[in-house]
Amino acid sequence: MLLIYCPYCEEERSELEFRGAGDAHIVRPSNIADITDEEFEEFFFLRDNPKGLIFERWRHINGCGRFFNAARDTVSDKFKLTYKAGEPKPDLDAAAPAAALVETYEATESNAK
Amino acid sequence: MRKYSVFAVAREAMRGHKGWEAQWTSPEPRKEYDVIIVGGGGHGLGAAYYLAKEHGITNVAVLEKGWLGGGNTGRNTTIIRSNYLYDESMDIYEHSLKLWENLSQELNYNIMYSPRGVMMLSHNVHDQQVFKRHIHANRLHGIDNEWLTPEQAKDFCPPLDIAAGARYPINGAALQRRGGTARHDAVAWGYARAAADRGVHIIQNCEVKGIRRGPNGEVTGVDTNRGFIGAKKIGVSASGHNSVVMAMADVRVPLHSVPLQALVSEPMKPIFPCVVMSNTVHAYISQSDKGELVIGAGTDQYNSYSQTGGLQIITHTLDAICELFPIFRRVKMMRQWGGITDNTPDRSAIQGVTPVQNLFVNCGWGTGGFKATPGSANLFAHLIARGEPHRLAAGLTLDRFRTGRLIDEAAAAAVAH
Repeated sequence: MLLIYCPYCEEERSELEFRGAGDAHIVRPSNIADITDEEFEEFFFLRDNPKGLIFERWRHINGCGRFFNAARDTVSDKFKLTYKAGEPKPDLDAAAPAAALVETYEATESNAK
Repeated sequence: MRKYSVFAVAREAMRGHKGWEAQWTSPEPRKEYDVIIVGGGGHGLGAAYYLAKEHGITNVAVLEKGWLGGGNTGRNTTIIRSNYLYDESMDIYEHSLKLWENLSQELNYNIMYSPRGVMMLSHNVHDQQVFKRHIHANRLHGIDNEWLTPEQAKDFCPPLDIAAGARYPINGAALQRRGGTARHDAVAWGYARAAADRGVHIIQNCEVKGIRRGPNGEVTGVDTNRGFIGAKKIGVSASGHNSVVMAMADVRVPLHSVPLQALVSEPMKPIFPCVVMSNTVHAYISQSDKGELVIGAGTDQYNSYSQTGGLQIITHTLDAICELFPIFRRVKMMRQWGGITDNTPDRSAIQGVTPVQNLFVNCGWGTGGFKATPGSANLFAHLIARGEPHRLAAGLTLDRFRTGRLIDEAAAAAVAH
């Protein structure tokens, strides 16, 4: 089970309180009635499904109820960062590898670095 | 290939079992093949077999990143059924079920297909209406499916608790008697042996790193950790990694990969005669010939390639199993694992041509790919050989997400994932 840091509650809580809500930073076209079928498919159905870094939405449904975004590694399932909805997509390469928001066994208990 | 038979067993028993030969060879890759299939699971190996057998194309290689049967082919709960709701689904799953029935004889390999019956429990009025709709749709399509009263369900599966005071009361069940299970590893091995016998190259530990394209955009081969291998046609059947492989040819597919878990108990004497599924409380269970209870859990809610999943998903399923079958409350669970399933938005598979010339895809089987193995492989071979889909798979096209002809099979899945 994941531990997820809610950027609104500023607290790390169990996955049971959260609901995954798909990919983040997908902009709904403002002229949805005018776009072509290809553009609709691209917006609505096609996804990168990356093996590695993914940007996704979560909702703290059994908590504050708010949507926020997260950057997570889909191989290790570790969260890199969570941030409030509406904030721009972070550049994780530029950002310093700050202290992990999720406490891992390796970080807290293990001597194996 | 030496045929397996009772005489072969007797002969080998007489001479210390020294005459058994390797089931398939591991040749060095050629410079070029007519067809390369990416992914050595049941679907890919089967497609290679049918390419050789039914279409006369034997210059074929199956490239597998790991080992045969190490992916979802060896990670599922081995359930076989064809009682889906929509015509497109019924067509392909019934085609598959018919192939399952004779697969052991066809491959000369005991895949242990056991039509022990798949029973789906109904817990409320809504379930009852939905299942009866499925039963009628199936029977109109020539697929067996029947309605059982709670007492008939109990007769068919004695460990079931149908008491009125049960936590999850049962008001009936839908039963497909031809449904059942098969030995999943044997399916991969059987297809591999039969395909290799017809000249197909099976290359394990060979990961595809890139797909090369010619001047007109057509595929020309793949880059692998064993170097470049040329190909006139490429079929991608890489299960949870389909998005990754298709991205190498700049094709985006409507998939998301999520873990699906399963677990088995300690072995017991035969006690559970069939497969039981419950959508409403999310549980499915059968007993393997080794005696283990085989239990399927649900999917996690987030994309992942980790081949593991959350413990709460398993406990949720075991809660339901313990309520439906109180007799199993003290059974110990021995092993648990996860596989990565590739899911489409409409929960139906995609098998068809792609925007890239001579690149074909077989993906999106999601949480139900094992039962489709022979049928999917058979039709995928047809697609690759002819360049256009078989009639039975004509609805499963990749472009249905643009045209809007979706096959909304989510409502008909046995359990909601």
